[in-house]
Amino acid sequence: MSAGNTPVSLVLTEDQESIRRVARDYVQRSMPTTHLRALRDADDALGYAPACWSELAGLGVAGMVFPESVGGVGLGFAELGVVLEECGRTLAPTPIVSTVVLAGGAIALGGSEAQRQQWLPGVCAGERVLALAHDEGTRHARYRVATRAEPVAGGFRITGEKTFVLDGHGAEALVVVARVDGAVGDRTGLALFVVPASSPGVAVTRTPTVDSRNVARVRFDGVVVGVDAALGAPGDAADVLDRVLDRGAIALGAEMLGGALEAFERTVAYLKTRKQFGVPIGSFQALKHRAAQLFCEVELSRSVVLAALRAIDAGGPDVPVLAAAAKARTSDTFVRVAAEAIQMHGGIGVTDELDIGLFYKRAKVAAMTLGDGAHHRDRFARLHGY
Amino acid sequence: MDPERRGDLEEFRASTRAWLEAHCPSAMRTPARSADDDVWGGRAPVFPNEDARVWLERMAAKGWTAPTWPREYGGAGLSRDEARVLDEEQRRLGCRMALKSFGVWMLGPVLLEYGTEEQKRTFLPPTARGEIRWCQGYSEPSAGSDLASLQTRAVLDGDSYVVDGQKVWTSHADKADWMFCLVRTDAAAPKHEGISFLLIDMRSPGVSARPIRLISGASPFCEAFFDGVRVPASQLVGTLNGGWKVAKALLEHERALISKMRDAAFGEDEPLESVAKRYLGTDDGVLADALLRDRIAQAGMDSLCNSLTLRRSAETMRAGRPPGHETSMFKLYGTELNKRRFELLVEIEGYRGVGAEGSDVSAEELASTRAWLRSRANSIEGGSSEIQLNIIARRVLGLPE
Ligand SMILES: Cc1cc2nc3c(=O)[nH]c(=O)nc-3n(C[C@H](O)[C@H](O)[C@H](O)COP(=O)(O)OP(=O)(O)OC[C@H]3O[C@@H](n4cnc5c(N)ncnc54)[C@H](O)[C@@H]3O)c2cc1C
Repeated sequence: MSAGNTPVSLVLTEDQESIRRVARDYVQRSMPTTHLRALRDADDALGYAPACWSELAGLGVAGMVFPESVGGVGLGFAELGVVLEECGRTLAPTPIVSTVVLAGGAIALGGSEAQRQQWLPGVCAGERVLALAHDEGTRHARYRVATRAEPVAGGFRITGEKTFVLDGHGAEALVVVARVDGAVGDRTGLALFVVPASSPGVAVTRTPTVDSRNVARVRFDGVVVGVDAALGAPGDAADVLDRVLDRGAIALGAEMLGGALEAFERTVAYLKTRKQFGVPIGSFQALKHRAAQLFCEVELSRSVVLAALRAIDAGGPDVPVLAAAAKARTSDTFVRVAAEAIQMHGGIGVTDELDIGLFYKRAKVAAMTLGDGAHHRDRFARLHGY
Repeated sequence: MDPERRGDLEEFRASTRAWLEAHCPSAMRTPARSADDDVWGGRAPVFPNEDARVWLERMAAKGWTAPTWPREYGGAGLSRDEARVLDEEQRRLGCRMALKSFGVWMLGPVLLEYGTEEQKRTFLPPTARGEIRWCQGYSEPSAGSDLASLQTRAVLDGDSYVVDGQKVWTSHADKADWMFCLVRTDAAAPKHEGISFLLIDMRSPGVSARPIRLISGASPFCEAFFDGVRVPASQLVGTLNGGWKVAKALLEHERALISKMRDAAFGEDEPLESVAKRYLGTDDGVLADALLRDRIAQAGMDSLCNSLTLRRSAETMRAGRPPGHETSMFKLYGTELNKRRFELLVEIEGYRGVGAEGSDVSAEELASTRAWLRSRANSIEGGSSEIQLNIIARRVLGLPE
C-alpha cells in the first residue's frame, strides 16, 4: 500500500493558516454551538441561518473552489477543507456541502459553460442554495437509483422519490440523479438533471434529523424538464457522480475532523479539571490510555483528510481511494471520539445542557451521510480490485 | 523549501541515482529472502555472498552507511533532506540495506551528542564501516518497562569499572563485538540518578551470552552475564551517574527506527488482498469472504493513514515547525498495525497458516506463521504499547500523573 500518489505537502501553507484564522474567528464569534441550539429550539425550517451564509460567502467561502470565470475565488479544496474543519468544531450548519461541493460540484464538473454561468455565480455569491437529490434507500448506495427519466418530446419526464437530500428543504433547485437506462444498481445509464424546486410535480418534505439539521424527502411526480436541464449526456453521468460523491465524502470528512478534534479537546480539558476521589479523573490510567488512543485516531484522520483534500486539487488518480479512506476513517473516528467523550464526562455527558451530546449526534448523522465506514471499506476494497 | 535548495536536492537525487545504478550489484537489488541475507558486519562479518561484501564496502566508502554523520566520523555529512532522498532512491532501485547496525541507528547519534572526541574517533568510523557490531544492554530480568530500576552494578576500581549483573533481551549479544550498556553506579541515589552509560567489549573476561528461544522459535535475543568484568573508565559515555539522559536519547532513536522499519515493511510484503485472493478466491471480482474482506480493507486503510501521518510528521519537521506528536504514537500504532496484519495473514491462510515444521505447509506459509508469532513481541519490545500510551497521555495531552 503506497501512501497515495499525490506528492503534495501535508503541511498547511501560511495562506491556509491565515484562512483558518479568519474562518475560526468568524465561526467562533457568529456560529458557536449556541447558534445551532437557537436554530433547533426555534424549529428553524431551513436549519441554517441565511444571514451567516451570506457573511461566509462574503468571506469567499461559497466561491472558494470555483474559478474566477464563474465568480469564484479560484482557491482549492485544501482551503475549503480548513473552513469546513472550523465549522465542524462548532457544529455550524451551512450549505457548503450541499450547495458548493455536491450540487455546485455536479454543475461545475458535468455542466456546459452555459449551465455553469447560469448557476454558479449565484452559488459563489451565496445567493443560491442547491441540493443533490441522490439517495433513495435507508443507507447510502452509490448506484442504487430507481428514479427514472423517460424521454419525452424536447426533454425528459422524471419520476421517483429521493431521501436524505441535504438542505433539500429550501434549495432553489435540485440536481437529480435519475436513470435513463439499466437496472437499479447499475453504474451505467445514470443521468443528472438540474430541476428548479418550483417545477410542477416536485414535492419537498422537510425531514429533520437528530443532529438538528435538515434533510428532505423529495418526490418527482412526472416532472418534465427540457434537454437543457441535463448535465452532460444522459446515461453517462456516473463519472461525474463518482467525482462529486468523492468530493462530498472528503468535504464531510474535513467537517467531521473538526468535530472530532473539538470533542476530543473538550474531553481532555475535562479530564484535567473534574475531580473524583480527590484527584483529577485524568490521572486514572483507564481514562488516560483511552484518551491517548483517541489522540492517535484523530491524528491519523487528520493526515488522510489533508491528503484527500490536496489530491482533489492536484487532480490525482488517487482521489477515489483517499476519499474512501478519509470518509471511513473520519466517520468511525468521530463516532468513537464522541461516544468516548460522553462516557468520560459521566452523567453530565448525556444531558442536553452539555454540548458533547450534540457532537455525538452530529457524528452519527455525518457518518451515515454519503456512506459510513462499512460502505467505504467496501468501496476501498473494490477500488483495489478485491 | 526555497527553490534553490529544491533544485540542489534534485541534482543530488540525479547524481545519487546514477551512482546507485552504477555501483549497487544487481544481486543486491533483489529482495532479501530471509534474515540470513542481512549484513550486520563486525569483527568476523558474515556475508550471504561476495556482492553483499562489495556493496557494503562501496557504501561505506561513500559514507552512506551513516549518511548524516559528519565525514570525519565515517559519515557523508548529508542533510536530513539529502538522506531522505538517498533512502528514496535506494528504495526505488530496490537496493538491499548494505549494513544493519544498532551502532549506526542508535549508538551513533548519541555518541555524536554526548561522546568525547576520543570516543567519537575510536568508535564511529569503524561502526560506519561495519567493523563493529553492537548490541544494546538495557533490559534486565527485573527491569523491563521500569528500565530505570536496573541493577547491573559497576564499581570504579582504579581506572576501570568492575561490572557484575545480568542483561536480558539483548539482541545478538552472542554475535556482537561491543555492547552499549546501562549500569548502576550509585545504589544510594534516586533510581534515575545512579545510572551510567558504558561501552563494553564483549571479548572481555567474565562476559557470556546465551540465546533465548521464543514462541516463534530460535531468536537473536540473548541473556548476557557479567561476572567481574573490567571496563576502562574512558568507555563511560556522558557523565558518571548521568547515563539516564543518554539512555533516553537513544530510546528516542530506537522508537523512531522501529516505526520506520514497520512502515517500510508494509511496502515490501505482498499486499494482504493479493494473498487473500489466492486463498479465499473471488466472487464476481470480490473476495469470497466478506468479513475478512472488510477487515483487510480496514487494515489497508489504517496502514495508508499511518504512512500519511509519518509523512506529515516528517514534512512538519522539515518545514521547521514543531511536530504535533511524538514518536510514541508511531511506535504504538505501527506495532499494533503490524500485529493486526499478521493475525489477518494467518487467518487468510487458514489451516495452512498454523502448520509447524514437518507439516506439508510451504516455506512461505511456515515463515508467515513464525512472523505472526514474532509480531506479538512488537508491542512489548522497545517500550510496550501501554508505556507509549502513558507517554502520549503525559507529554502530548498533559494529563496529570
Ligand atoms: C522480542 C523482544 C526483543 C527485545 N529486544 C530488546 C533489546 O534489544 N534490548 C533491550 O534492552 N531490551 C529488549 N527487549 C526488552 C523490552 O524492552 C522489555 O520486554 C519491555 O520493556 C517490557 O518489559 P518486561 O518484558 O519486563 O515487561 P513488564 O515491564 O513486566 O510489563 C508487563 C506488562 O505490564 C505492563 N506495564 C508495565 N508497566 C506499566 C505501566 N506503568 N503502566 C501500564 N502498564 C504497564 C506492560 O505494558 C506489560 O503489558 C526486548 C523484548 C522482546 C520481547
